[in-house]
Amino acid sequence: MTAAADIAIDVEGLTKSFDGRKVVRNLSMRVKRGEIYGFLGPNGSGKTTTIRMLCGLLTPDEGSGTCLGYDIRAQADEIKRHVGYMTQRFSLYQDLSVRENLEFVARLYGLARPAAAARAVIDRLRLEDRQAQLAGELSGGWKQRLALGACTLPNPQLLLLDEPTAGVDPKARREFWNEIHALAAHGLTVLVSTHYMDEAERCHEIAYIAYGVLLAHGTVDEVIAASRLVTYTVSARDGELSALAEELGRRAGVDMVAPFGTSLHVCARDEAALEAAIAPYRTQPQLAWTRSEPSLEDVFIDLMGRAQDRLQ
Amino acid sequence: MTTLSATPVPRASGAFWRRTWAMLIKEFIQLKRDRVSFAMIVMIPLVQLLLFGYAINTNPRHLPTAVLLQEQSDLGRSILKAIQNTAYFDVTHIVHDETEFDRLLASSAVLFAIEIPANFERAVRRGDRPALLVAVDATDPVAAGSAMAALGTLVQSALLHDRAVPDGPGAPFEIRTHARYNPAANTSLNIVPGLVGTILTMTMLIFTALSVTREIERGTMESLLAMPITPVEIMLGKIVPYIIVGFVQASLIIGLGIGLFGVPLLGSLLLLALLSTLFITTNLSVGYTFSTIAQNQLQAMQMSMMFFLPNILLSGFMFPFAGMPAWAQWIGELLPLTHYLRIVRGIMLKGAALADLRYDALALAGLMLVAMLIAISRFRRTLD
Repeated sequence: MTAAADIAIDVEGLTKSFDGRKVVRNLSMRVKRGEIYGFLGPNGSGKTTTIRMLCGLLTPDEGSGTCLGYDIRAQADEIKRHVGYMTQRFSLYQDLSVRENLEFVARLYGLARPAAAARAVIDRLRLEDRQAQLAGELSGGWKQRLALGACTLPNPQLLLLDEPTAGVDPKARREFWNEIHALAAHGLTVLVSTHYMDEAERCHEIAYIAYGVLLAHGTVDEVIAASRLVTYTVSARDGELSALAEELGRRAGVDMVAPFGTSLHVCARDEAALEAAIAPYRTQPQLAWTRSEPSLEDVFIDLMGRAQDRLQ
Repeated sequence: MTTLSATPVPRASGAFWRRTWAMLIKEFIQLKRDRVSFAMIVMIPLVQLLLFGYAINTNPRHLPTAVLLQEQSDLGRSILKAIQNTAYFDVTHIVHDETEFDRLLASSAVLFAIEIPANFERAVRRGDRPALLVAVDATDPVAAGSAMAALGTLVQSALLHDRAVPDGPGAPFEIRTHARYNPAANTSLNIVPGLVGTILTMTMLIFTALSVTREIERGTMESLLAMPITPVEIMLGKIVPYIIVGFVQASLIIGLGIGLFGVPLLGSLLLLALLSTLFITTNLSVGYTFSTIAQNQLQAMQMSMMFFLPNILLSGFMFPFAGMPAWAQWIGELLPLTHYLRIVRGIMLKGAALADLRYDALALAGLMLVAMLIAISRFRRTLD
């Protein structure tokens, strides 16, 4: 019972195929209660499929596990009662107003005073001015805020947010994350999928998934450390980096070269090989070399490249 | 200038056809993808041509007929035989009392009821020219018309079988027909109640046929499925509002039918309201079932049309039900409109009571339950 008490999601070996194509392979993960868990990965990596399996919208082909202590295969009804799911595509009623949508959700969950519950969400998310507007007429940021309001309205213990900030402007994104942190501070567990790296930094823990495989998980620092990626940052005095990037990328021992503003990140797993590869360039006077930490993006692109070699 | 001349600048008419062609190609590709619609393009005309081509007959024969025999006589048997020989009448019931005779007509079990009165043979032999009573259900003038005309030859052919009847000037007995329920053979009395059913079928089907496919196409189904609501709750929640809509619609048509077309309401208004509600719910359930089977709104519409056509053509609305071959009548029995036509015509034109209509009411309830069960079992609770 102790495990169920502080673990919100505990699944093992989840596998799902569509038309013979494996979308999620042997995925296991654990999410602690009260945590914001970032679920990262490129498009089509299996994030949405995994989330749908967690809330009972898809049945895994293989694997098992629990969500809030309920079996994901047998107790989907219980899970639905305690989990708020925000879909990737806006899925509230476009032809209902903000308030009508919220009241609909409140009634569906059997709340005693649906009008008051809707009112509370409208106040909390500052939707007063738009409560009578049809949901379909809202802009992207407001739609997303309404969707968050709808899935938090029945006081769930776990939120599953599927790319909630895709296509939303930076200010709305920041407010959204502040809201998520406020919710987590009250004990709510949040699993949020995204492909924005900066959002990963806002999570307590992250998991990286590509080609349906969970490639890394832990805190951001742990994931970066576990990658054992050696990185140098190089900048040119004349700012001319594109020819250098191409040249470095072709050298044996360099796994990845990525431009970062006015500098390049040069990464490799084998430190000695990298040192050897860049040695001729280090003496060039117009280049400034510094040993640096790999960014999360470096790590992910590296993980993805390796997974690609392995799986395809 | 070289870059400009490199991009083709077609003349206006060329561009027009090119763009039209692009649209046309795209439409064909989409049509090809939608397998069900593609199949329906072929199936709908084929099935319906065969179905209706063989089933519909505006000169109906073998109409169900009851005979009330008040005496056992050779002449009676000859007349019975002659009735059968016309091929217009099928004697399906031999009855022995008047109430049974009336009940069969009122419940639409028979279209004709022929009474051979007591002492009929003796009266004929005495040359009294007694009357053979023929009661006709004239609610549908078309159905009864040809058979009524054929009755004229009945006397002649009956006598061929019985030489014991004395020759004399004129026929030895007369046939007295009594057109019940619609003596003036006013077709609108039959059509207007039928229209109540037809209009309700069409509107109710469409209301619910789109309801689930619309949720899927708009993406709202994903949220709905992630919330704690069961398929039965979704179905009832989607059907009930339209029962009220249908009820308003039915009241409007029936009210206008009475006010504008002078259709009588001989039976109970309450019974009509109750059974109309049942009929409305049945059609809503059928529409909802289509909605759970169809993959998109277009398919749902096509399914509704495919269901609607036989409802019009094989239910007895446009063509006499009794005139269709047995297989077509069996199909007709599976259609809600067939039963509702008997109900609405029965109550309005014949003053039929629930006892007369119990079979049709049960059939409607049965069809409704079957549709709902299919819908519930078809409804997918996951996105698998």
